[in-house]
Amino acid sequence: MTAPIVDVVDTLTGAAPDGVVTAVRSIRPVTREQLQASYDALFDPVDDSDVSLTERALIAAFATRLTGADATADHYARLAADADGSAASVIASLADRAGTSGPFGRYREPGLAAEGTDGLRFSVPEDARAQLGDRLAAALEHTHLLVYRPREAADAALQRLLDAGWTVSGIVTLSQLVAFLAFQQRVVAGLRVLEEVGA
Amino acid sequence: MSETFATQVHTFTYDEPHPHAFTRGEVGWLPWLEPLPVDELTERHYDGLVDRARASSDYFRLLARDPEILRARTLVDKDIFYNTAEGLPRAERELAAAAASRVNGCVFCASVHARFAAHFSKRPELVDILLGEGVGADLGERWNAITDAAAALTATPIAFGPSHVARLREAGLGDLEISDVIHGAAFFNWANRLMLSLGRPVAPPDEA
Repeated sequence: MTAPIVDVVDTLTGAAPDGVVTAVRSIRPVTREQLQASYDALFDPVDDSDVSLTERALIAAFATRLTGADATADHYARLAADADGSAASVIASLADRAGTSGPFGRYREPGLAAEGTDGLRFSVPEDARAQLGDRLAAALEHTHLLVYRPREAADAALQRLLDAGWTVSGIVTLSQLVAFLAFQQRVVAGLRVLEEVGA
Repeated sequence: MSETFATQVHTFTYDEPHPHAFTRGEVGWLPWLEPLPVDELTERHYDGLVDRARASSDYFRLLARDPEILRARTLVDKDIFYNTAEGLPRAERELAAAAASRVNGCVFCASVHARFAAHFSKRPELVDILLGEGVGADLGERWNAITDAAAALTATPIAFGPSHVARLREAGLGDLEISDVIHGAAFFNWANRLMLSLGRPVAPPDEA
């Protein structure tokens, strides 16, 4: 290993060497290493035959932009633009129109029916679908579901991915990707607050 | 369309009842998609599983289809929740996990981590109030500060801010403990979405 060791979360939090985030993360080296290993597993994978690197970058840009206009979203927007500039620009525009707040959704559990809420349920418009293709469009719709209304995830949503050409292993990776980003973006957001508030 | 594929893949269908609501009971989980069969697991898959015994779980054998991210996910999970030599007590890490799961609506995840929170805190009645009423419930100021922070971090857009850090500090948490709340709640935004995407909960045996 001759490459410099870059830790994405340290970079995105703007952790100062003598700051709170560097101090607390140094006490949790396994979390720090394995969070980075998770990023590497998804964005520098051993096997990209079920989900391409370009798809990963584009989906990540969509997921993180839906969650917030922050340092994490900017990071994946750059990754997506480098991978496929024209698709990245279509997706950035879609994300701007698809933003809502969450988590919302209806429950299948009968005792929770009164807690059900509604919100924007997204489907890719025809013009964007024509530009991105059915396979990527289906992934973006599943991403929007997992970002904003994970409680509504169901077999029908996965069937739409299968019908659009996703393999079972590809759906596992897609789910890991969007779910991991929900974690990473929140760790960065939380630690940035801790860093800014200071010791 | 269909004749171009030797076998068209379909999600599984089940008749098992959903849980009635959030519960500390033994909620089950069924996968929508086929886990790797045990006899197809290689050393690469076992490396992803980390604990070989996890090969008996449908959930982990489904995730083993992408072994590298499963391995890193598993090691991050274990460190965030089990590495308790310093920092936030296990009970309150589990409380943050249960609160995030309550907000997102993962009845399975909430059941597991509510049981852990109840066990390690020895305050099952408070955990049941959280499950029943949600994150607005009054659980005493220290737990309220933790569940409020976990809920704010779970909201989209993310609503966690300086006031949450200030409230946690007022409640007696130091920087490492606040970082543990952040990681515990944030991790369940990963875990909830995985479990909800890939399968469904089943009512505990005593509800049937």
